[in-house]
Amino acid sequence: MAQIFAYIPHKDGVAEDVAYEYITAAAKIDPSAQVTAVVAGNGDALEKAAQDMTAYYKEVFKIGGDEFAYPNAEVIRKALCSILPADAVFLGPHNTFGMDLAPGLSVKLDSPSVSDVVDIEGMDGSTLKVIREVLGGAFSTHVTCEADSGAVITIRPGSFEPVESGSAGGTVVDKSGEVGDLTVKRRFLEVLEAEIGDVDITKSDVLVSVGRGIEEEENIEIAQELAEAMGAVVSCSRPIVDAHWLEKSRQVGTSGQTVKPKVYLAMGISGSFQHMGGIKGKPFIVAVNKNPKAPIFQVADVGVVEDILEFMPELAEKIKEQ
Amino acid sequence: MEILVCVKRVPDTAENEFELNSDGNDLDRDDLVYSVNEWDNYAVEEAIQIVDKVGGNVTVVTVGDDESEEVLRREMAMGANNGVLLSDDAFEGSDSRSIASILKAEVEKGNYDLIMTGAQADDGAAEVGGMLAAMLDMPYASLVNEIDIQDDGRIKAGREIEGGNQEMNEIELPCVLSIQTGINEPRYVGIRGIRKVAKVEIPVKSASDLGVDENTVGEKGSKVKKVDYFVPDLGEGAEMLEGSTDEIIEKLIEKLKSKGGLG
Repeated sequence: MAQIFAYIPHKDGVAEDVAYEYITAAAKIDPSAQVTAVVAGNGDALEKAAQDMTAYYKEVFKIGGDEFAYPNAEVIRKALCSILPADAVFLGPHNTFGMDLAPGLSVKLDSPSVSDVVDIEGMDGSTLKVIREVLGGAFSTHVTCEADSGAVITIRPGSFEPVESGSAGGTVVDKSGEVGDLTVKRRFLEVLEAEIGDVDITKSDVLVSVGRGIEEEENIEIAQELAEAMGAVVSCSRPIVDAHWLEKSRQVGTSGQTVKPKVYLAMGISGSFQHMGGIKGKPFIVAVNKNPKAPIFQVADVGVVEDILEFMPELAEKIKEQ
Repeated sequence: MEILVCVKRVPDTAENEFELNSDGNDLDRDDLVYSVNEWDNYAVEEAIQIVDKVGGNVTVVTVGDDESEEVLRREMAMGANNGVLLSDDAFEGSDSRSIASILKAEVEKGNYDLIMTGAQADDGAAEVGGMLAAMLDMPYASLVNEIDIQDDGRIKAGREIEGGNQEMNEIELPCVLSIQTGINEPRYVGIRGIRKVAKVEIPVKSASDLGVDENTVGEKGSKVKKVDYFVPDLGEGAEMLEGSTDEIIEKLIEKLKSKGGLG
C-alpha cells in the first residue's frame, strides 16, 4: 500500500478541523497506514502548525518560505509535485483551496482524482471505494477509483470523526529545500473581506431563511412579514443572493455567513451541505418545503410539507393573533 | 480575445423530482428534464460581456451525445458565436480526467486566450477546469466571481472563498477559469432567440477527428467510476407535522414557543 499524505490547511498556525478528520479517513483506506502530514506556510505560523501536528502524525513535512505566506494553490501544487512520491495517496480538503489545488495536482501526479468524499468503504485490492453525494445531497453514489498508482482525494470537511487527542510523538521533517522551481503565472494579490450589510444575521437568535422556494423577488416581503411577527431576521441561501434579491451579507453557508441562532426556519431551502455548513451551535431547525424528498428534512428537527408562499402568510397571521 | 467556454447538459434539479429506478441502483432516467448546467450559463454570460468590451469571439463546446446540441444552441442564442460538439461512442463513461483530455484536444486546435468552465455541476465533481489547465500547462483559478481584463496580457480575477470573502489574483493569459454563480446575471433566452440560431451549423468532432486515443477515454480509459446511486441514511430525520394547515401551524407555534422562537 502506498503512503498516505494529508495536506494541513491552517490559519495563522491554527490547523483547520479537517486536519484531525484525515486520520479517520486514512484509517478507512488502510487501517495500518502511516500518514504523513504536509504543512506549508512561513514564519512562526508554520512552526506552530507543524509542531501541533506532531501530536497526531508520526511524520510531518514542513514546507516554508515567503512564497507560502498565503496558500496559492498553483505554488503549493508545484511544491507537492516535487516532494510527493508519484504513487502517493494524497488527502486534501474539499473547500475553496482544495478545489483550486486537487484537480491539477492529480494530473501532474498522473493519479486518479476523487473529490468531495463523504465516506470511505475501503480498499479492495488496488481499488478504493468511496461515497460521494450528488444532486444537492438528495442521493449518494458509490464511486470506485483504481488507486494502484496513487490517488488524489479531497474529503468534505466535517464528514469524518475528528481524532480528539493525539500522542503520536511525531517528528518534523523540513522539506523546504526540495520544493524545486516555484515559478507560477498566477500571483496572489489580497483578500477583500466581505462587506457587512444593513443587518447582521449572525447576531440574531431567530432566523427566517428563504431559498429557491420563494420563487419571485416580490415574495421576499412575505418572509419579512413572518420575520417581523416573530421578532426574527430574514436570511437566505445562495440562489437568492445570486439573483440579487437580498444582499450577500444575508447569505447563510460556507460561502456566506456562519450563524448560531437558537431557532432556524428553513423556508423553501433544499439543504445543501454548503448551506448547512453555515449553521452552527445546533439550533432548532424547522423546514418547510413542498418537496417531501428535500434533503433538509433529514437534518431538520421539525418538517412541514407545504408551499411556503401559502404557509408563511398563514403562520404570520396566527402568530400575530397570539 | 478568443474565449472558449466548456458547458454540459445535466438533469435539471429545479425541474425534476428525482427517484431511483426499480433496481434501486441508478436514477430513474425516463422523462428527466435536462438543461444546461447552471454554473455554465454564468460562464457564457461572462464571456459574452468580455467580448462586448474588448472584441473577439465566444465559442461554446461540450462533450456529449446528439442531444447535447440543444445546450450549445441555447448558449449561442445567448450570444456565443460558435458551437462545437465533441461526440463519440468511445467517450461514454468518461470520468473528469477523460473529459478534460477530450477538451484539451479541442483547445489545442484553436488559439484561445481564455478558457472557462462552470465551477461545478450538481452531478459532477468540480474537477474538469483544473485538470484541463494542468494538461495545457496554463494557470488556473477556481470559483471565480470577478474578471477584470488588463491591457498587458493579464487579468485580475476574484475568487469566492470562505465566509463571503474574495481572494484577488493576477493571472497571465492564456488561462483557465472556473466560474462561480453570481458573477453576473445571465441573460434570458426566449424562443425567438433559439429560433435564430436553429439553423446554424454546429460541427461534430469524433475521437479520430480530435486525435484522441479511444483507449484513454470513456469507460476503458477512466479510473474513476460511479458504481450506483442510493438514498443516504441520515438517521431519523425531522418530525413531520401533519394534518390540516391550521393544525400544523398550531403545533408549530407551540414548538417555536418552547424553543424561544417567538420573541
